[in-house]
Amino acid sequence: MKKSFKLKGLDCANCAAKIEEHVKKIDGVEDVSVSFMTQKMTVEISSEDEEIFKKIKKVVKREEPDVKVDEN
Amino acid sequence: MKKSLIQIIISFILFLVAMAVPFENDLINKGLYIIAYLIVGLEIVWKAIRNIFRGKVFDEHFLMAIATIGAFVIGEFPEAVAVMLFYQVGELFQDYAVDKSRKSITSLMDIRPDIAFVKRNGKVEKISPEDVKVGENIVVKPGEKIPLDGMIVEGSSMIDTSALTGESIPKEVTVGDEVLSGCINENGLLTIKVEKEFGESTVSKILDLVENASSKKSKSENFITKFAKYYTPIVVIIAVLLAIIPPFVLNLGEFTEWLYRALTFLVVSCPCALVISIPLGFFGGIGGASKTGILVKGSNYLEALANTEIVVFDKTGTLTEGVFEVQKVEANGISKEELLKYAAYAESNSNHPISLSLRKAYNKEINQSSILKTEELAGRGVSSNVEGREVLIGNDKLMEEKNISYTPCNEIGTILYVAIDNKYAGYILIADKIKEDSFKAIKELKANNIKETVMLTGDKKQVGESVANELGLDKVYTELLPDGKVEKVEELMKDKSEKGKLVFVGDGINDAPVLAISDIGVAMGGLGSDAAIEAADVVIMTDEPSKIGTAIKISKKTMRIVKQNIIFAIAVKVLVLILTAFGIGTMWEAVFADVGVSVLAIINSLRALKVK
Repeated sequence: MKKSFKLKGLDCANCAAKIEEHVKKIDGVEDVSVSFMTQKMTVEISSEDEEIFKKIKKVVKREEPDVKVDEN
Repeated sequence: MKKSLIQIIISFILFLVAMAVPFENDLINKGLYIIAYLIVGLEIVWKAIRNIFRGKVFDEHFLMAIATIGAFVIGEFPEAVAVMLFYQVGELFQDYAVDKSRKSITSLMDIRPDIAFVKRNGKVEKISPEDVKVGENIVVKPGEKIPLDGMIVEGSSMIDTSALTGESIPKEVTVGDEVLSGCINENGLLTIKVEKEFGESTVSKILDLVENASSKKSKSENFITKFAKYYTPIVVIIAVLLAIIPPFVLNLGEFTEWLYRALTFLVVSCPCALVISIPLGFFGGIGGASKTGILVKGSNYLEALANTEIVVFDKTGTLTEGVFEVQKVEANGISKEELLKYAAYAESNSNHPISLSLRKAYNKEINQSSILKTEELAGRGVSSNVEGREVLIGNDKLMEEKNISYTPCNEIGTILYVAIDNKYAGYILIADKIKEDSFKAIKELKANNIKETVMLTGDKKQVGESVANELGLDKVYTELLPDGKVEKVEELMKDKSEKGKLVFVGDGINDAPVLAISDIGVAMGGLGSDAAIEAADVVIMTDEPSKIGTAIKISKKTMRIVKQNIIFAIAVKVLVLILTAFGIGTMWEAVFADVGVSVLAIINSLRALKVK
């Protein structure tokens, strides 16, 4: 299933690429695309699992502490 | 943003003073440089330190901090400040540019309606469009956005569809007409019966599509991301080697000299210009296209459009209007008006498209009491008695059967011969009309060096070929069943070069398999057709085939910009790296290579937004 998040405060394109790279490595994440321009992250996940969301948020926080993840 | 601008200005003034005024005690100069540096760079240094603790060394803040602090250490104070100052100017500019293009896209997305006025229990309530149910009536006042798709039950007005179609001429609507959410009601008060929930309404679908367009990345974007991943570590490693090997291993000159070169490397080690300008360019291209009513579902499709070699069109509804209309009335012995009247009367009991087009052309009320009898003659036509006169209307077989001498007509389309009281009275030509815009479309494609324009149709050979000839298409395949179309497109796919792309343009109905197998599937008249929006890669909101040419032009322009940026940025950086390694380039040039290139690349990218 597909889910999208708003990445508030995402202000550099390189950071978007890094977030994308690391979120892709999370178990249960099949595909991910981070758009720097729309500040949106679209993830394709195997199942709707709170654990995966938590992990995603953690990875984003580790990569870019100033970016806030909002579900929408 | 304001804050950092003030910081930059203050820092810049201090920097200029320190540069221009030779104080007696040069500690004052150095002090000024350090203050100027701290004002503008403290934040970067702090972020760098924070990131080191997270184990991230190749972070751009870290690189900037190391390069500038290193410059201080070897006594290059002005360089240190300049690098940080211009780096911040670049960042500020980047923010500004990104913000600007985001805004211009969101203004496009400003079509999202916030409120709906719904009629409930005799009162008008103001609620969120999400809460309106199908079947309810909503009221839209002049100047308001239509919040949900529906049908007008009361009132008439002019509506502005430009947000959806890019078409600036308002459309006249009245009771019975379907209206789409996202249009603006200009002057009349409308009551609309809602036919789709908000989530299913046109406006939601379009917003969704535009918002998600940037998630499908182009090859260029992926290339840049990959390039950035290797570029930075490689430059940093070379910088380290440059600082150590020549002075200590090869005994070539002073360590500080080589350290300076190494630090200069670090200044250009950030691939920011590229990483930011490429998606910005695509984003601008997609945004610009949306403004003209062309929705491109992803950067990858925008990129592919530039390599279009073959454009395949469906005929009916795409190149032609898709509705049968009376094209010609040729009367013999009576007036054209009369001929049309008898024909319309005779066919008035049928719901066949041909009968409908006759009635539409006649455009007057039919007095049923004057039709005495009507008999359908299968495969030939109709025999009827209208106002006491015997009317025969049908094909050549009918005329021959009834022994009526008529003048055969060779025009393309459906020909109805009419005889009144067994005397030939003329013929009526009914045909699908080629869209005015189709001529422009084909011309534009040829001007854009498209190798082949092809038409596929299920229609008869004679009809299809006549349309293709008139439009000047290169190839035409007629009398195809839906799976025949798939076969033909598969064949055509083999005709193109390796990089070339095949674009299929259809109306989105019944075309799904062909849309899916072509490189780029384009659905036309996307407004209101969910199937089309789902199946296609590019949706043209209006029914103008010439928008294909526009889309290809936008794509080519975007790709030009993207390529210019990639080549320009990489070339300048590599040049500066080489010059620096041999001791010719200085940190000043490096600052230009980094910030200057970013700024220029971004300005270049912003051009993609502009569509003529």
